[in-house]
Amino acid sequence: MTTQDIIKPENLVYTKTSIMNDRNMHYCPGCSHGVVHKLIGEVIEEMGIKETVIGIAPVGCAVFAYNYLDIDWQEAAHGRAPAIATAISRLLPENCVFTYQGDGDLAAIGTAETIHACNRGENIVIFFINNAIYGMTGGQMAPTTLEGMKTATCPYGRDVKLNGFPLKISDLLAQLDGTCYVTRQSVHTVPAIRKSKKAIRKAFENAMAKKGTSVVEFVSTCNSGWKMTPHQANMWMEENMFKKYPLGDLKDK
Amino acid sequence: MEEIRLMKGNEAIAEAAIRYGCDGYFGYPITPQSEIMETLMELQPWKTTGMVVLQAESEVSAINMVYGGAGCGKSVMTSSSSPGVSLKQEGISYIACAELPCLIVNVMRGGPGLGTIQPSQADYFQAVKGGGHGDYRLIVLAPSSVQEMADFVALGFDLAFKYRTPSMIIADGIIGQMMEKVILPPYRPRRTNDEIRQQCPWATLGKPDNRERNVTTSLALEAEEMERTNLRLQAKYKEICENEVRFEAVNCDDADFVLIAFGSIARVCMSAMEIGRKEGLKIGVLRPITLYPFPTLKIQELAKKAKGILTVELSAGQMVEDVRLAVNGSIPVEFYGRMGGVVPTPEEVLEQLKKQLVK
Amino acid sequence: MKKEIIIAGFGGQGVLSMGKILAYSGLLQGKEVTWMPSYGPEQRGGTANVTVILSDERISSPILTSYDVAILLNQPSLDKFEPKIKPGGIIILDSNGISRFPERKDIKVYQIDAMEAAQKANSPKTFNMIVLGGLLKIVPVVKLENVMLGLKKTLPERHHKLLPLNEQAIQIGMDIIHEI
Repeated sequence: MTTQDIIKPENLVYTKTSIMNDRNMHYCPGCSHGVVHKLIGEVIEEMGIKETVIGIAPVGCAVFAYNYLDIDWQEAAHGRAPAIATAISRLLPENCVFTYQGDGDLAAIGTAETIHACNRGENIVIFFINNAIYGMTGGQMAPTTLEGMKTATCPYGRDVKLNGFPLKISDLLAQLDGTCYVTRQSVHTVPAIRKSKKAIRKAFENAMAKKGTSVVEFVSTCNSGWKMTPHQANMWMEENMFKKYPLGDLKDK
Repeated sequence: MEEIRLMKGNEAIAEAAIRYGCDGYFGYPITPQSEIMETLMELQPWKTTGMVVLQAESEVSAINMVYGGAGCGKSVMTSSSSPGVSLKQEGISYIACAELPCLIVNVMRGGPGLGTIQPSQADYFQAVKGGGHGDYRLIVLAPSSVQEMADFVALGFDLAFKYRTPSMIIADGIIGQMMEKVILPPYRPRRTNDEIRQQCPWATLGKPDNRERNVTTSLALEAEEMERTNLRLQAKYKEICENEVRFEAVNCDDADFVLIAFGSIARVCMSAMEIGRKEGLKIGVLRPITLYPFPTLKIQELAKKAKGILTVELSAGQMVEDVRLAVNGSIPVEFYGRMGGVVPTPEEVLEQLKKQLVK
Repeated sequence: MKKEIIIAGFGGQGVLSMGKILAYSGLLQGKEVTWMPSYGPEQRGGTANVTVILSDERISSPILTSYDVAILLNQPSLDKFEPKIKPGGIIILDSNGISRFPERKDIKVYQIDAMEAAQKANSPKTFNMIVLGGLLKIVPVVKLENVMLGLKKTLPERHHKLLPLNEQAIQIGMDIIHEI
């Protein structure tokens, strides 16, 4: 069999989604962001909603999300993505709007915007990357940093007396009448990736059906920030993160 | 159809916004401008023109809703009063850098801090010099009547779209709360998404296959790239300064003494001028209508003939710095101001003019 | 013609709405008008006042130091504004609201016991219209027909059945006002 035979269309078993461009990603090897980006791109393509989707990028590692997915984007100020998404969704009710936010963006500086957008039941999707650390600024403590976990701003481990407790924001959002779907997923194994993709699709479908706000949290790794290899990070996440942030649906109505 | 009404300045803003074909208003209540949102909520324009009106959870959220709407090429606005406008500054800086058009209304009250709810002009620096971080400017309009409150909504939006930059109306509690006769403009239909696609090819309305993706952003990590953004902004501001200066000059041609004031206090100065003229003093009033761009050339022209200028403001003296820059020492430029919500009377203004300039 | 009028009393007495009707009537008569309230946290019970300027020409300052006419409906308002009436100017007061009469001799003082009249007519809410009637009798700056038209414009439609009652109140005010 020659190369020409191998690359025949009928032999194609996998291809990159057309929503993703060819740009090299700035994410560290082993980072969860790239996988989530790819899943979002695949779902957009499969649902055929490319022309109606508008993404809101956050401040944090995903600040350049708009460089990789070939859709219209707005780049938000830190924490304000849900406010921006609110306005776009209200002004363009036929469009499908999602935010893509990290833990600092969504659960610290943007807590008010997050809670109120969810409470109003905006017909938007919120993708939430929870890796328990501030990746882009060099590994500082996040609202979701685990108790005892070491970061640049809690070098002796998170002390709850000093810093409070890890914030389970998705649990909180599930309590709000405006959310229709709140789920916690991960992308560290093939089965987990498949489940995540289903969750992403359901969230987009909810937004199109005007059912309210959908929140998909991805419990993620930041092997650079955690100072581990990608494999170690996955193991550490399973052992520690999942205890605090167990996977599964928190709300599905 | 045009319509004559008796209205508060705040109500006029709301009514004019609907008639302009404004697509969205996002705000948070604060005295003395809450009537803007109250009027909109009562008129329910979403049932007639389709305009979105939303009470946000904060000023911060409201200005970011404006950012979102503006990025879609929509005509969107927010309004607040001084402490609330301070909160909005982050968002305004982003909007200016992302080169998005929008309208921001500040019905100023006395500060600093929580201050008072009485009228003030102490946010001049904030409005005219930038306000938030970075090198940017806003187009700043200063109405001095309820009619101008209504008229400047359309003017503010038109200039904002012409230059892809935020416009700000700075009024104060007097103009916001005062009722006067207003001739309301006729209704204009809101632009359709297709019209926006044509007029604002940068708008994020969803990416069709026949164009590159649109991204509204204020981020450029490379220094050279960010400098290019800044140079583009500066070139735009220069163009605005060359083309958009607006002012009203009353009795300035033969004036020995010129009162320079904007907004509500300019009206007080007009009365001071009337009283002074009866006493034989040749007084004129220059009222800047655009505070940015500032009528520097007009002031330079007046300084060639006048003996002195008194700048009158409801502040500790902010615009007077721009007047002095324009005059550059050629004639005396004095200042009179009241602060914290106190409004001087025409008699007090005239007395100060006599004391500081006529002598 | 230019009339500078201050109306002052307790919040809840209808001071602001009286001023609004006056301003609207002026507008309908083709005049330039400004209506400038003291605005603040005061609601019912606090002191409220509104400056109304009616003029044939463009109005400069909406902030005034002296007035042609003052309608003063409580003692704090009388204390505050009596010194600010122009010589030859007019004070209209309700004797039920005050504990002393004005002292100045260079102005005219009119009494209108509108609170009493409104009680007697069993419609306390027409108090401010009675006062307005008194003002129109003494200072006919606007025509009654324009006042009624102004009322119609400022009142929500569901209250239009109250128009005759208000016209009656204006008439009562015109009848009971007298110089002291």
